[in-house]
Order: sequence, then C-alpha cells, then structure tokens
Amino acid sequence: MKDTTYEPVIGLEVHAQLKTQSKIFCGCSTKFDAKENEFTCPVCTGMPGCLPVLNKKAVEFSVKMALATHCQVNERSIFARKNYFYPDLPKGYQISQYDQPLAQKGHVEIQVDGQTKKIRLHRIHMEEDAGKNIHGTISSYVNLNRAGIPLIEIVSEPDVRSSQEAGAYLRELRSMLRYLEVCDGNMEEGSFRCDVNVSVKPIEQKEFGTRCEVKNINSFRFVEKAIEYEIQRQIEVLEGGAKVIQETRLWDSDQNKTFSMRSKEEAHDYRYFPEPDLLPLRVAPAWVEEIKRTLPELAKQKKERFMKMYQLSSYDASLLVQEKSLAQYFESVIEICKEPKLASNWILSELLREFGPEQGATSPVTPQHLGELLALIVKGTISGKIAKQIFEKMVQTGQAPQAIVQKEGLIQVSDVAQIEAWVEEVLKEQKAFVDKYHAGQTKLFGFFVGEVMKKSHGKANPAKVNETLKKKLVKGA
Amino acid sequence: MKPYELTIEEASKELSQKKLSSLELTQAVIQRIKETQPKLNSFVLVTEEEALKSARAVDEKRAQGQALSVLAGIPIGLKDIFLTKGIRTTCCSKILSNFIPPYDSTVVRKLKENDFVLVGKLNQDEFAMGSSNENSFYGPVKNPWDLERTPGGSSGGSAVAIAADQCLGSFGTDTGGSIRQPASLSGVVGIKPTYGRVSRYGIIAFASSLDQVGPFGKTVTDAALLLKAVAGHDPCDSTSANLAVPDYTKFLKKDVKGLKVGVPKEYFVEGIEQSVEKATREAIEHMKKLGAKIVDISLPHTEYAVPTYYLVATAEASSNLARYDGVKYGYRAKAQTLQDMYRKTRGEGFGREVKRRIMLGTFVLSSGYYDAYYKKASQVRTLIRKDFESAFQKCDLIVTPTSPTTAFKLGEKVDDPLQMYLSDIFTISTNLAALPGLVLPCGFDQKGLPIGLQILGPHFKEEAIFHLAYAYEQSTQWHTRKPPL
Amino acid sequence: MHITKQLVEHLAKLSLVELSPEEISKYTQELDALMGYFEKLNKLDTSHIDPTFHVELPTHVFREDEVKSSFPREELLPMFPAEEDGAIKVPKIIEAS
Repeated sequence: MKDTTYEPVIGLEVHAQLKTQSKIFCGCSTKFDAKENEFTCPVCTGMPGCLPVLNKKAVEFSVKMALATHCQVNERSIFARKNYFYPDLPKGYQISQYDQPLAQKGHVEIQVDGQTKKIRLHRIHMEEDAGKNIHGTISSYVNLNRAGIPLIEIVSEPDVRSSQEAGAYLRELRSMLRYLEVCDGNMEEGSFRCDVNVSVKPIEQKEFGTRCEVKNINSFRFVEKAIEYEIQRQIEVLEGGAKVIQETRLWDSDQNKTFSMRSKEEAHDYRYFPEPDLLPLRVAPAWVEEIKRTLPELAKQKKERFMKMYQLSSYDASLLVQEKSLAQYFESVIEICKEPKLASNWILSELLREFGPEQGATSPVTPQHLGELLALIVKGTISGKIAKQIFEKMVQTGQAPQAIVQKEGLIQVSDVAQIEAWVEEVLKEQKAFVDKYHAGQTKLFGFFVGEVMKKSHGKANPAKVNETLKKKLVKGA
Repeated sequence: MKPYELTIEEASKELSQKKLSSLELTQAVIQRIKETQPKLNSFVLVTEEEALKSARAVDEKRAQGQALSVLAGIPIGLKDIFLTKGIRTTCCSKILSNFIPPYDSTVVRKLKENDFVLVGKLNQDEFAMGSSNENSFYGPVKNPWDLERTPGGSSGGSAVAIAADQCLGSFGTDTGGSIRQPASLSGVVGIKPTYGRVSRYGIIAFASSLDQVGPFGKTVTDAALLLKAVAGHDPCDSTSANLAVPDYTKFLKKDVKGLKVGVPKEYFVEGIEQSVEKATREAIEHMKKLGAKIVDISLPHTEYAVPTYYLVATAEASSNLARYDGVKYGYRAKAQTLQDMYRKTRGEGFGREVKRRIMLGTFVLSSGYYDAYYKKASQVRTLIRKDFESAFQKCDLIVTPTSPTTAFKLGEKVDDPLQMYLSDIFTISTNLAALPGLVLPCGFDQKGLPIGLQILGPHFKEEAIFHLAYAYEQSTQWHTRKPPL
Repeated sequence: MHITKQLVEHLAKLSLVELSPEEISKYTQELDALMGYFEKLNKLDTSHIDPTFHVELPTHVFREDEVKSSFPREELLPMFPAEEDGAIKVPKIIEAS
C-alpha cells in the first residue's frame, strides 16, 4: 500500500462589523452595551411598511477595505435578499449582496516562515447583521440590537494551504481593518467573525476535494486548531475509504473538535433576488478616488518605512506596527527624544510589558512623557536605571518625568568633586578589597562602582564614576 | 345637497367661507357611514372619536384665522394598508388583526400636516392581493351599484367609500390595478401615479417594485388635490423620486387641441365586453371632438403582461410576507416548538389567496427555477417597458379600457384564479412599466353598472393625464350619476 | 413544467406555511393551471434582453451616519407577542440535526 500525501485547501469568509455610529439601514445606534432591544426601531425590527435607506458611511468604509485589499470596486452593485427564517432575522430575509457585489478580485499579502504569499480575494460585499438569540431551557430570547449593524463579508479564494497561513491571513485582514478604522476587529465580541472552508486532496490531484464549512470560531487560535482538526479528520475519512460529506460543522472549543451541524443542505434554498426596496448602489469613480486619498499608511508600508527611516530591525518594526496607535505613539516619542532605537527599546520592553500592544498608546504614560523621559537619559540628566524607577512612577501616577525627578531629587550627579568624594569614601571603607584589587583581582572594579552608586543613592553619573574610580585606583597603587 | 355629497373642492370652499364647519361635515359623513356600512362593508374601522377631535381642532385653527390647506377639515378614508400610529392597521389579514402600528406612514404624516380628518380604515383584499375584494379577512365589500356584485379590488373599500359618499376622498394602493380597476367598477376617479411619485414608507408591502399609492375622488379635480398633498420625495424611501411636484390644478384646462392620444390595438381584443368597448370608443370619439388627435399605436407585448406580472409580483410578495412569523408582532399561533409556531402562525394567519401567492412566489425564486421564471419575467418586463417607450414617441397620452368587463358577481371568479388574474389584463402593464394611469367614469352598461376609462401617461407626467381627464369630465355627465342606495 | 403535490409540499416547507392535505391538492391543481398558462412567456426569446428588477430613478438616496432615537420601550415591548426582560420570547430554538 502506498502512502498518500494530502494537501489541504482552505478558503475563508470573514464577517467584519463596520464601526459606523448608526446601523446600515436606519438611525439606531450601534453601541455594544445596551439593554435588550434598546437600539431598535421600525426598520430594524422589520415592522410592516418599513424601508431601508443606505448609510453612506458604511459604503465609504467598505470601499476603503476594498481599496486596501486591491479589489476592483464595482461602479454598480446590487443588494439582494437572502430569504430564510430565524427569530433573529426580523424581515425573514437578510439584505446582502449576491451576484453583483461591491468589490471583487483583490489580494492580501501574508508572511509565513519568512516567505511572502499572495492570498487572492474573491469578493467583498456589504450586508446587514442579524440579531442575537439567547437560548434558555424551554424558551429562546431574541435581542435585535445587533440586527442591522453593517457588515462586510470578505471572501478569499481557496489559496490558503495551512492553518498557519490562515492565521497569518486573518491577522493581516484584522490589522488592515483596524488601521483603516472601519472595524475594531474584536473576535470575542463578534465584531470580526470567521467561517472556514476546508477540504483535502492527494497532493498530485488537481481537483479540490469535498469541502466542509466550519463555523462558530471566535479566536485566531481556535481557527488554527479547527483547521488542523478538520484536515486530520478528513484525511482519516479518506484513508478509511469513505467520502467526505459536504456539510456545515461547528467548532467546539471545549472538546477541541468540530461536529456536524446539519447534513440536509437541500433544506437551504435562500432564494436570492435583487432587493426591490434599494436601487442599485452606484459608486462613481470620482468617489472612489476621493476615498483613496483618505487611505492611511497601512502596517506593511509603515513597517518598511520604520526600517528605512529609523534603522530598526524587521522584528522590532513589525512589533511596533502591530497596532496603528502604537506606531503613532512611537513616532510621537521620537519627535521629542530624537532617538528611534532608544524609543523602540523602551516601548517594546517597558511599555508593552506594562500595557500590551492595544492599550499601550492610551496608557497613563503619554508619548509626550515617555519622550521627555528618554530625552533626560540622552542629556545625561538621569541614568537609565533611574529612568526605570521614574517610568514605574509614571505608570502609577501618570505624572510628567520632570515632576517626578524634581520631587524625588533624582537628578544625576555629574559634579566631579562630589563624585571624587564618594569614591574616596568608598575606597577608604573598602581598604581590604582595594588591596585585593591591587593584588590582581581586577574583577572587583564592578563592586566598587556598585558601592559608589549605592552611596549616591543611584544618582551618580555611572560614566563619571567609572572614570574617577579608574583614576583613583591607579593613583593609589 | 347633503354635506357628505360635496366634492372636496366644494366642501373646502364652504369651509373656508365658514358656511360649514368641519365638525358638521364630519358628523354628516360619519352618520352616512353608519347608515350605509351594513350594506356595503367598506370600512373595517370607523375612527369616529379621532375624527371628531381632529375636526374640532381644524375648526379652531380656522377660527383663529390660520392659513389652512385645501384638505383641512376634509373627511378622508384610508385603505387599511396605510400604517396609522396608534390606530389598528390589519391589511385585512388575520395575521395582523391585533396590530397597532407604532408609527405613521409618510402619506399619513403628510395628510396630518394638511389637517385632514381621518374617518376610518377601508376594507381591501388581504395584503392587497385580489381583484374583487373577496379576499378580505373582514368579508367582501359590496358594489353600491349592485350589492350582489364586486366593487373590484384590491382597494374596493376605498372606491366604494367615494361612490357611496362615505367620505370625500380616500387613498388606496395599486400594484397591478388595485386603484384603477375598483375605480372603474365603482364609477369614481382614481389615479395610480408614477412609481416613485409617492412614498411607500409605512405602506404594507405587497410587491415592492410595483406598489404605488394613489387617491380616489369624486372628480378629477379632487384626485389632483389629493395627489398633490401626498406626492414628493421622502428620505425614508430610497425608491421615491427626488423631483418637484407640480401644482396639478394649474393643468386642469378644457382645451386639449393638438394633444396626441394613442389608442393601442391590443386593448380591443376578444374577451372584452361589448358595452365596455363601445363606451371606450365613444370616449375616444368625444376626445377627438374636443380637439385631440387620435393616433393608432401598438403595445405588442400586452398578451404577456399577466404571466409577467404574476411571476414578478408573487416572487416579491413571498419575501415581503416572510416577516409575518409570529415572532415580533401580530398573530402568534400556540405551539410547542419554534418550527410549529412559524408554520401554524403562517398557515392560520394568512388567507387562501395569500397562501396561494406565497407558494407561487416561493416556487418562482427557488433553486433551479429562478432563471426560467423570475428572471425570464423580469426580461419580458423590459420588453413591456420598451413598448410604452416607443408608443410615447408617437403620442402624448394613451387611452384604453380599464377592465374587460363591468362589475362581476361576488363568487363568480373566486374559484378560478386564472380567470381572476386575467381580469387585470389592461391595468398591470402600467405597473410593470412604472407609468402613471388614471381612471374616470365614461359610461354605464345596460345593467346600469359603471364603466371606467383609463388614461396613461409617460413617467412623472401626471399633470398631462389630469389635463385630458379634466377636459373629458367637464364635457360629460358620467361623474354626476350616483348609485341608488 | 408540471406542479406536483411533492413540489407544493416542498414549497410549503420552504415558506413555513402549514397547509392541510386539501389545501395541498387544491394548490397543486391551481398552480399547475397557472404555470401552464404562464408557459406562454417561453414563446419570447429574451436571451439578449436585460432584466428590469428596479425602477431606476435619476437620484440616489443615502442616509448620513447619524444616530436617531430608537423605539421608546413602552411602545416597543407591548407589541411583542411574548416578552421577558425586554427580550422577545419564542419557543426554544433547536438546531435541526
């Protein structure tokens, strides 16, 4: 029996909630925190006689993402009704786009193991979100606050070949959406959701295998796990001589497996047809150009610029650009302290350790303050060690570094006379060690430095201490 | 003359001259409704209390010397398809029999701005699906010219309320003739404006790409006044046209010299009652005498209009009616499981014709049939539209019969949907082509039943239609006849 | 195209309308007659004709992204056929499996 090598083929469908103030077809708020059905109106509860009117900002946000992913934006696209019954779907149909979507034929570049790969996008279309059902023991409960929140669905071509690539692709999309400020990309809260289509085939076979769609995955880690599980499951099915059944499966994060949701696909006939209540959506080329001009620098471009402009390593630059706000924070800091490397080191070690990439920029340590702190180091006003103490105080109090320095009397002492006095005191007190030093134990130099620093309560300028010690120890010999 | 017999034009004059108060007028109208309702069943709700309250309020405004609309203080009825805030709106369906709308339709909001007096909600076919008003959850409306006959549908109540002097003006909706056919069968004036002329916001949808609101009146002038009040762009309706609304009354002139009136040969074919053909041809002759130039035209795809219409309209309807599921409002059947709740609510809540159309529309859109039926019909719709485009190259307006027959007997076609659907043949093309069309009385058959003449115009040319209709009406007497009640 | 009883049953399932056996057989007959008549559309060659789905108007309506007030609760909640703590109550949703 020969061993078959299998290759997975993966396509991803991402639903991203757009960060508009109001819903896609009515003026209800999109706020997340609300009482049950608090943000509803005749339109988003599907009252008789209600009609949708398209939110212009939602179109603009969708076009931004389409442009960022190199899609072709269609001048004329059509909203369509997707008909099905579910309690969270008030009209009995979802307004979506079907055969004429807003945008098509784009791509996203991902990096996996140092290799760049292009993942093609099939389409991006606009639609409305459904509400939420909460399941009780004998009843279910419907909350329509989410019904009508604008979504874009981003559909990839089946170009992804591993769970790792899938993860990289999703992170890239999320980063773009956040950089464009069109979606907050929160997977746990459901503002960024992902369905995965997985199939496997013998590597030499051209045709794709039968695919399964996996839904209900709410973290990047679970996406990767679900894909790995699904690949393994399908290989086992094929190896066992059986056939993979085309179906929808749900990811169970407690059991780390997928399970079949329903197998009767024929029961689903969405009866799509053009939405007669909305005229075809016209996005004139001039409008697209106008939106293009507002596109911000995205993570990838920013990273390249940081490497070039500030001589940062690829690794450091990629960490700095993982959040737009963090990258902006970094540039604000260097505007003040003029030392990109120092700023990068401090942000990546101190700031991220305290706050993480998403909260860093909004932490009590403002970029202004961190910049000032680093400037004090550069000027030699404080030592790096003192700076770390000050930073801790800044984290706790949000005070400016100058104020902390003043209050705590932490200015570095570089006065030669004062340093000489401390050095001489130490050498006198540590006579025995001085002798050992002179006997050849030159490693003790560091010990003397430490003692002098202690005596100065850390305020002595270490460079000056070194210099003076060297002089005095030679002299004494 | 009794106050309820007045036209809006006349009543408005008397009100402004303070010869009559709105309260007196409204009381007379309500009294008339009470006397005639048992025979006609045209109302499903009489809003007496609200009506008297609004009438008093208008009288007070008038006493204070405020400038008021021509519709101020005028008793008006609305088809039960218009959402009226706080006032039960059922669309004559069991599934909405307990529905109290939380908002006003745009038409109602505009009428309120005109200080109208709402006297009640008018009977109709359930969800506006029908041509005889026999599909109402509240029972059929009777034709005042012969109580054994249908007044037409679906806006049967709205037409009858005018014919029987139960209100001075009324509004209906027209998806395939639902204003014009009952206007014809009941002997009143009714106009379906161009699609997009009047907002559909707050009007219970039947077929969204075809539905349009329009008024019924005793005269062409009244219809023009009523339409003017509700027409215009509405930011709540993406399909409403952002075009200025002309003052239609300025176009009501008796001289039609040089006007080119097209007569389509496809509208005089077998199946049309002789009396209807005769009255229509006489009306055309009459227009010629008035100075109009009669032109022969052709609308070659007319015979395809019925299938096209019923495929498109039922497809849209099957989706529009999906929201009536017992979850959020309206009737909910008792059931243990969600699936049963849905199936029973919809099975019990919808009437026979509505369910028939939901089945048909679901079929037309379903996987494997979409191209053959829904798409095909939408393509033929293009051909029908183009027929009119070429016709209007040759003429300014088109004149046709409205319905192949005068009012038929209740029960006569109710078991034969195809025969029922075929009775819409002269009205549905207008909706498919989104054109405006007006119907006004042009004669009576041997049984004394009214015959209506249909005048069609190009998109957003309602004023041209009003012009010809007014000239014809003012030089004939048909509109002055009243049913023997 | 003949409309069969099975097809009508399928359509009733798709549209979630409970039909009695009498209704199913009546609709089967009626729809069959209607579709038979509607076949006449096939006499027309429409292969090069664009469909009309919308009545396209010269203007396009957008909303600006502005928050408007939502339903007052005292108007919304009484409308629900069954309600609990502001949520709409329905029989338990069970995923078909």
